[in-house]
Amino acid sequence: MRYLPLTDTDRRQMLARIGARDIDALFRDVPKAAIVGRDAFDLPDTKGELEVERILSRMASQDVAAGSVPFFCGAGAYRHHVPAAVDHLIQRSEFLTSYTPYQPEIAQGTLQYLFEFQTQVALLTGMEVANASLYDGSTATAEAVLMAQRVTRRPKAILSGGLHPHYAETVETVANLSSKVVRAPVTPGKAEDIASLIDDQTACVVVQSPDVFGLIRDLKLIAEAAHAKGALLIAVVTEIVSLGLIEPPGAMGADIVAAEGQSIGNGLNFGGPYVGLFATREKFLRQMPGRLVGETADAAGKRGYVLTLSTREQHIRREKATSNICTNSGLCCLAFTIHLSLLGEEGFARLARANHARASALAGRLSKIKGVSLVTPSFFNEFTIKLPKPAAEIVEKLADDNIIAGVPASRLMPHDPAMRDILIVAATETTTDEDCAAFADALTEALS
Amino acid sequence: MTMNNQGRPTQAGNTETTELPTISGATISGDRGLDHEEALIFELGRAGMTGVDIPDVQISDSRLGGERRKSAVGLPGLSEPEVVRHYVRLSRMNYAIDAGLYPLGSCTMKHNPRLNEKMARLPGFADVHPLQPESTVQGALALISELMRWLTVLTGMPAVAMSPKAGAHGELCGMLAIKAALDARGEHRRRVLVPESAHGTNPATAALAGFTVDEIPAKSDGHVDADALRAKLGPDVAAIMLTNPNTCGLFERRIIEIADAVHAAGAYFYCDGANFNAIAGRVRPGDLGVDAMHINLHKTFSTPHGGGGPGAGPVVLSQRLAPFAPLPLLVHDANGFRMIEDRAALPDRLKPFGRMCAFHGQMGMFVRALAYMLSHGADGIRQASEDAVLSANYILASLKDVMSAPFEGPCMHEALFDDTFLEGSGVTTLDFAKAMIDEGYHPMTMYFPLVVHGAMLIEPTESESKESLDRFIHVLRRMALEAKAGKTARFEGAPHYAPRRRLDETAAARKPVLRFKPKPLAQAAE
Repeated sequence: MRYLPLTDTDRRQMLARIGARDIDALFRDVPKAAIVGRDAFDLPDTKGELEVERILSRMASQDVAAGSVPFFCGAGAYRHHVPAAVDHLIQRSEFLTSYTPYQPEIAQGTLQYLFEFQTQVALLTGMEVANASLYDGSTATAEAVLMAQRVTRRPKAILSGGLHPHYAETVETVANLSSKVVRAPVTPGKAEDIASLIDDQTACVVVQSPDVFGLIRDLKLIAEAAHAKGALLIAVVTEIVSLGLIEPPGAMGADIVAAEGQSIGNGLNFGGPYVGLFATREKFLRQMPGRLVGETADAAGKRGYVLTLSTREQHIRREKATSNICTNSGLCCLAFTIHLSLLGEEGFARLARANHARASALAGRLSKIKGVSLVTPSFFNEFTIKLPKPAAEIVEKLADDNIIAGVPASRLMPHDPAMRDILIVAATETTTDEDCAAFADALTEALS
Repeated sequence: MTMNNQGRPTQAGNTETTELPTISGATISGDRGLDHEEALIFELGRAGMTGVDIPDVQISDSRLGGERRKSAVGLPGLSEPEVVRHYVRLSRMNYAIDAGLYPLGSCTMKHNPRLNEKMARLPGFADVHPLQPESTVQGALALISELMRWLTVLTGMPAVAMSPKAGAHGELCGMLAIKAALDARGEHRRRVLVPESAHGTNPATAALAGFTVDEIPAKSDGHVDADALRAKLGPDVAAIMLTNPNTCGLFERRIIEIADAVHAAGAYFYCDGANFNAIAGRVRPGDLGVDAMHINLHKTFSTPHGGGGPGAGPVVLSQRLAPFAPLPLLVHDANGFRMIEDRAALPDRLKPFGRMCAFHGQMGMFVRALAYMLSHGADGIRQASEDAVLSANYILASLKDVMSAPFEGPCMHEALFDDTFLEGSGVTTLDFAKAMIDEGYHPMTMYFPLVVHGAMLIEPTESESKESLDRFIHVLRRMALEAKAGKTARFEGAPHYAPRRRLDETAAARKPVLRFKPKPLAQAAE
């Protein structure tokens, strides 16, 4: 087996040194009844690289890759162009095959990029501090709710109707254990009245902008309403590129920002791994979940970086930790950091403008089709249209013509009959004029 | 010392006779040969530069509404070569399994096959959206289904929840399934038993899931005290969370008896599967009475650790817990594979406790793990477990006369030592570990598990050749002998040859600096 360096001679010599008769002797603590042989596993034997590649390539070839067709899915995961340098750099052995940087003297590479990542996330979101990432946007949102409950010592969380339903379900799964989670009504293309739901038991209001329908929300009024009642505003961002054009949540009064960073540096990957961004105000620092990297100096006075404030974390605090999280999204953070470093101020602004221009043009085009109306008056690179037919049917129909037309709202909210005809459509810098024309033509035909 | 024809030593040298040249003073650049110092990205670059050529589109038809960004982000501008050099230089400050033995106990730093990276990047897996029509992702769903089959067969468990994103996330998934099962029984059991040797995530997870934690002591032989455990069982106990093989590197001998007692008391058995790599292919957790166990794909199945993530933590479930598995659920019918994402679409017998995260889990990790499994096969997985156990025992047997092993062997996949052998030497576990850095090794796991003093937990994995193990053993023996002989110079203030000396962690925590901030102008002008 190509990955196992020991020979049978090695094994015999090693057993001799140990003083064990055979390998079974080393497993002597295992109850006899629990030892099984090869025949207990109905699984194949070892395979060469060529065979494995053949099997997996065959599976992969059954799928329609986003890059091979006109493609308009968003709703929490976005297809962007990732520069070749990003994937090349994250595959360097020293990044790919290192562990959590617990030995800072020989992990400055990881620690420094995480420090750069924290800085980038704080800058993008307009917040004071950011951690070294959580699993993804949805789990970051759940952690934000738990943190708000710790900070305010209040039980209730109010979720905007525009929060991605998967995020809302993730929050409910975790936060319902200790508290009450209230969902505001779903109002595609409009801001619901969330302020009136806030009371003196409310720990936080969770508002996504752009929301799951693509609508850009004014967070300032909600922040004021929350703060007036002593509650926190958690702002959720699932398309981080939007912050190239939209006012950052920190500037609009958010207390915690939980975001999905996939759009920068990371591919679609069928939903994961992604990278959860988490930023807040300095005064809440010690209530933050997740890993943090801080600057310090070594014994020779040189600047260096270490994992810090770990007294919040499970390996020190055990059941009193701020979270049970033990990892971050390391390599995905690195991809994020490298891509954003390549973009820089200018590239990031251009990327955001290219996205908005594409989506804006597509929305104009689709909303001219008979029976189609634009639901979202303001948006970044994703918008919602109402169709005269069930959106899921249309999406299936267009998929037969190799056009992936977007995400039917009914896929995310199957119980809400109002979602039946609603389609969420995203366009990015990867979307071409030809893609838009093909989509518009196919939709026109499907509706005629 | 043996040299090869390039004059390079072929084995660990006798450093007493090899004088290192002393470096007099600093270099002009501050760099030293291949060791480059590197500024923060924010200290590099210049305004207006970018490393990505994107057409400068002006927006004629803005639909942004009133919330347009009013100020710059504050990102530096760099060209592609500058960015590449920056991150290449950073990478060279890291130790890595590709570069050397990485004996971190409990972390399983085994070889990461590059085939797995290549497979994960196939467009059919990497460039598919989690919400595109299911008819267009049948290959991705088939892959998940096939991985589920391997996981359930290898563990002897009937079901698996795929969405948890890491080990601790999997623990939470398992404990929430247990909570849902108890709720369905109408019981409000709140106490969870956790051995004191457990990973910190176990008590943290139990607390997060709304349980109270009750610690079980370990016995002097490193095994959990089964009698103390039995005495703590009662009608308020929801579950036990037990790592097996345990964090001392030992297989819990009385595991089946413990599982039976736990079940008889109406509680569930959560097994922390972090150490599954010791027994995969030889022992099925399902045969041990386990109700839920997470599998760290980044440990047992070799998806890369990536400097701390991303991981993946699927959870196998017993028949009793399977109905409570979280959404989404993968099913196969006449039309092929499909994801059930909605509770209402399920038959009554299925009662998912909720959703762990958006979408369907760590697909990129699934592909890598399946590539590992297909490459090894069931026979190779068994051999890998055996080699990991053999290598750990080889280290234990080769070092226990000069270091101190608190427990009788044999061990499983990791060898535990304590600091008894350093008593009176003035050298601590930390000093010993840091001196390993100077010898070209990543330190072992230190001060964990908490049940022995000054713990050193060594996990060589199956990826090391005998030559590599022998060299490592030689170095550690010499270090131990020197420490015991009072020759402590190499331990004092180690490491000396790393990119950094010891870092001041106290200062970092006392006044946290967690992001770059430009210096005020007056200072910057200096």
